[in-house]
Amino acid sequence: MEQDTENIEVLPRQKYFLSKKMDDFFTALYSVNKFILQYFKEAFSTPIEFKELINQCYQVGCKSLPLISLTGFITGLVFTKQSRPSLAEFGATSWLPSLISIAVIRALAPLVTALIVAGKVGSNVGAELGSMKVTEQIDAMEVSGTNPFKFLVVTRISAVTLMLPVLVLYSGLVGMLGAYLNIHQNELTSFPAFVNSAFKTISFLDIISSIFKATCYGFTIGVAGCYQGYFAKNGTKGVGMAANTAVVLSMFLIFVEEMVIVQFVNAIR
Amino acid sequence: MDVDQRLMEKDKSPIDGENTVISIRDLKKSFDSNVVLNGIDLDILKGENIAVLGRSGSGKSVLIKIISGLLKPDSGTVKVLGQEVDKINGKVLQALRLKIGFSFQSSALYDSMSVRENLAFPLIRNKRNLKTKEVNIAIEAVLNDVGLSKTINQMPSELSGGQRKRIGIARTLIMKPEIMLYDEPTSGLDPITCIEINNLIVKVQQQYNASSIIITHDLTCAKATANKVTMIVEGKFLIPGTFEAIFNKENPVTKIFYDYNFINSK
Repeated sequence: MEQDTENIEVLPRQKYFLSKKMDDFFTALYSVNKFILQYFKEAFSTPIEFKELINQCYQVGCKSLPLISLTGFITGLVFTKQSRPSLAEFGATSWLPSLISIAVIRALAPLVTALIVAGKVGSNVGAELGSMKVTEQIDAMEVSGTNPFKFLVVTRISAVTLMLPVLVLYSGLVGMLGAYLNIHQNELTSFPAFVNSAFKTISFLDIISSIFKATCYGFTIGVAGCYQGYFAKNGTKGVGMAANTAVVLSMFLIFVEEMVIVQFVNAIR
Repeated sequence: MDVDQRLMEKDKSPIDGENTVISIRDLKKSFDSNVVLNGIDLDILKGENIAVLGRSGSGKSVLIKIISGLLKPDSGTVKVLGQEVDKINGKVLQALRLKIGFSFQSSALYDSMSVRENLAFPLIRNKRNLKTKEVNIAIEAVLNDVGLSKTINQMPSELSGGQRKRIGIARTLIMKPEIMLYDEPTSGLDPITCIEINNLIVKVQQQYNASSIIITHDLTCAKATANKVTMIVEGKFLIPGTFEAIFNKENPVTKIFYDYNFINSK
């Protein structure tokens, strides 16, 4: 009997607190929180990397302008074109400017711009930092007496957070221009009449909520891109994964935030 | 002075009891269950070059990453220029790192910057009151030291492997370090470029009076550049000694390395 007991294989100690996936999820959540806290700590401590921040703002803002202009213009134009038949049925095409301005300023401009920036800037940041990580450039920066988190991460997150509201406002205006051209072509509406009708329905809260949304989306894109890139591993495969995950995660979180912020804004409207 | 002359001199004139710049005691480091360093002791004197040999994965690179503060040890003490590296952080660590040059195995040049910008980066960021003219003079001087003045406006992607290594070394030299850490300085290079790199390491020691740790598999590099040689075996150092003392034919551990490098590859 004693021999039998001795021969029973001792099970290995349970390695995971819940399960591997759950443990990984909570570990990642903790790690992201730590990353965000470090961002705020470094962002408000001296010296501020002002020159690099301006450089990143240029990279994020100016270099995204052509793409944002095109998508904003097409969004306004196509949305107007698609909305006309429904309103024409009720003889209400004169409401088009109001409808378009509400749709563009409240929802389309922030969402479309954020998704475009997530694709363009998020992947760029993820790949750039990931590549620097796997080729030891971040380590090289650290040993040469530069704080890589402050120089690379803080400047990029701040740049996307600051520039996205600007891009959203710009995209909204370009979208409205696209809508105007379509309305002018079909209804022969004058520019002052269009502007008057369009902006009559837009409130201060709409503009503020749009800017607030854009700020949140920008921060999300910056954090997702930088976090994935900064902790990339496994060589070139890891760089690709970092870029890919940065985009997918940003887009997913943007939609979640959109849903939450809309509920919040509607509650106070 | 070339390498051969220096090799003749180094054995008969060991460093004359100057300050210890790196002092390591009972250093241990593991990654999960894999024990990499298991009680390392080492002293490096000012102006002394020491080559650290060992098999891949034996912890050579981990050792210099701990010395530079990129990794934290599990236990033991690592004193660099009198300061315990794992006990300091922030600006104190940053100040200490300016005295340590780290030449990475992959060179780790900043891809998005030209050679000039790569070299200027540590200088501009750490000596903010320098004028552009002074920075340019320092860049030209250090490029002359590594013999690559013509590459100043090139991008890292346009350089050969050997040139990248030398620019990587130049980037650390521009801060005039007291300690140099070389991670596989000759790996993946042709023999002629290896000789150039070896000469450069010796030149750095003489010109900057820097102490160096050279992590390498290349016994020719170790023989040509180091005053002392040691080897990591199962997480511990063999007692550092001259190249000839460590690679004597009776030592079965080092014999394999010696035979592979100098006799045959079977």
